[in-house]
Amino acid sequence: MSLLDVAAAPPSLATPRNGLLTRLLRRPSALVGLLLLALIVAMAASAPLLFPDDPLDMVAQPFLWPGADPAYPLGTDMLGRDLASGIFHGARVSLLIGAVATLVSLVIGTGTGALAGYYGGRVDAVLMRLTELFQTIPPFLFALAIVAILQPSIPTITLAIGITAWPSLARLLRAEVLKLRHGELVQASIALGASDARIIALHILPNTLAPIIVSSSILVASAILTESSLAFLGLGDPNVVSWGGMVGAGREVLRTDWYVATVPGLAIVAAVLALNLLGDGLNDALDPKGERRA
Amino acid sequence: MSHVPANDPVLSVEHLAIGFRSGARTLRAVHDLSFQVARGETLAIVGESGCGKSVTALSLLGLVPPPGVVDGTAIRLEGRNLLGLPEAELRRLRGARIAMIFQEPMTALNPVLTIGEQIVEAIREHETVSAKAARGRAIELLNRVRIPDAERRFADFPHRLSGGMRQRVMIAMALACAPAVLVADEPTTALDVTIQAQILELIDTLKRENGTAVVLITHDLGVVAEHADRVLVMYSGRKVEERAVADLFADPLHPYTRGLIAARPRLGGADRTRTRLTEIPGTVPSLAAMPGGCAFAPRCGFALPACAAATPPLMPARSGGVACLRAGELDAAEPARLRAVGA
Repeated sequence: MSLLDVAAAPPSLATPRNGLLTRLLRRPSALVGLLLLALIVAMAASAPLLFPDDPLDMVAQPFLWPGADPAYPLGTDMLGRDLASGIFHGARVSLLIGAVATLVSLVIGTGTGALAGYYGGRVDAVLMRLTELFQTIPPFLFALAIVAILQPSIPTITLAIGITAWPSLARLLRAEVLKLRHGELVQASIALGASDARIIALHILPNTLAPIIVSSSILVASAILTESSLAFLGLGDPNVVSWGGMVGAGREVLRTDWYVATVPGLAIVAAVLALNLLGDGLNDALDPKGERRA
Repeated sequence: MSHVPANDPVLSVEHLAIGFRSGARTLRAVHDLSFQVARGETLAIVGESGCGKSVTALSLLGLVPPPGVVDGTAIRLEGRNLLGLPEAELRRLRGARIAMIFQEPMTALNPVLTIGEQIVEAIREHETVSAKAARGRAIELLNRVRIPDAERRFADFPHRLSGGMRQRVMIAMALACAPAVLVADEPTTALDVTIQAQILELIDTLKRENGTAVVLITHDLGVVAEHADRVLVMYSGRKVEERAVADLFADPLHPYTRGLIAARPRLGGADRTRTRLTEIPGTVPSLAAMPGGCAFAPRCGFALPACAAATPPLMPARSGGVACLRAGELDAAEPARLRAVGA
């Protein structure tokens, strides 16, 4: 039984119950977020088809402003690299790192939080002290240190973001599980003879999925932002193009050719905005009582 | 299904004691409590907040939360002692042979599962049945708890149901495996008055149909009068009186029982005057500061010096028993401030 099944449950009495997607689309901000995200995903998917050449190749004269040459609609940078190709290929890197890093955070964060919340006592104390240990170090500086030590590459950047971003998720999940653990729902299930495993699978996890999904979308956004920041500081994977790296390169010519930094900057803004809007929309749409408020 | 003959108790509690560890001390919440419930009988346990009735209810299913400690001679369910039973064995009995319904039907149902799925889960927890058979039984249970249009309600989420409907679903889940004993801890406190009556009627009907023994925890004497067969009055973790319901109301023996009955709000008499509610002076003593002797003595208008000396033993009385040194002589010794009692 997953949340998606719940959302797609058969229609019942008064108002027809709609799928998650329908409920999501009814919210204009979520719709915008979803469209933007779909656009970015489409860019990432079509990059090798539309721009089969390496985006780091020098293909035209440098400092071609956007619109100056129809062959290079977003212009070229100081080395004559096609910005449009960079944006499309950069979307792949951003989405990949965002998704995988979030997955890493999810595994560590939900595991830690759920165990701490459900078993309490010593398990809770140890896991939460560990979480706090991680929280005392600013995540960005922590990720920076890890990448600097391990040499920047896509796997190390992903890992660094993943293992620095989980503490907030762990705390969120612990609180959710704790609330459910001592609530009447779990007590009533125990009174009906349900086992620990069944209670966790049936009553605890499905009721924490909404906050997990919502915070995941925000985590993806912040992972993209962290990756861009790292790349801006020169700690991106030097072999692939990245939005942050493009902004970093454009910084040097910001006063004369500001579009070089602005174009990839807008891409980052769009991606982060899309994921935040989507997160907000999901927050409402995943609430089983959401229909009443809609 | 039960292998217990009709008049034997299905549930028999012998010398139950429940304590809570607090640092080095153990605070006793329930002392030496014994009672029995027979098939098809409703035993009401009444008392003020903090008298130990809810923790007694939880102990029947082995659900007293830590740092609570349950001991005593036995809690016998269909002849089997639950005390000291391993958790896995207890879990097999919970829901199957003894079930419980709670005060708050709003929060005891899972908001992301339909009510039908939840009843199906309650069945499949204890029995291996096909999904289709379980669904059929769930719909039948919804019909039995008088939920209209059960086929369609099956797919409804709890938030679409009213409080009374949700409590009906809880009852359906509790009765899914036809338990021998149903423990109802203030099942109607969260519901409005007309719904209360319907839910209690429903429990009565189902009890008659299945021969379930019901332990009804309540502080509402009106509910007791209409739905219980026997009444156990608790005060500060002890049984102070246990009687058949008619006798208890007609002739309460313990001063505390008298106080409780007198404290019920009533409509004015023939002249329609409103009288101030009678109250029992004082409050329940805290577990940490329990007086010696009879725990009720400091609030009792009939107390003698002897009452504070030793806990009065439970003495046989008509259709039950009472734990009061002065139980037989109260009418003669009626103090002024309890004069209204029994009027």
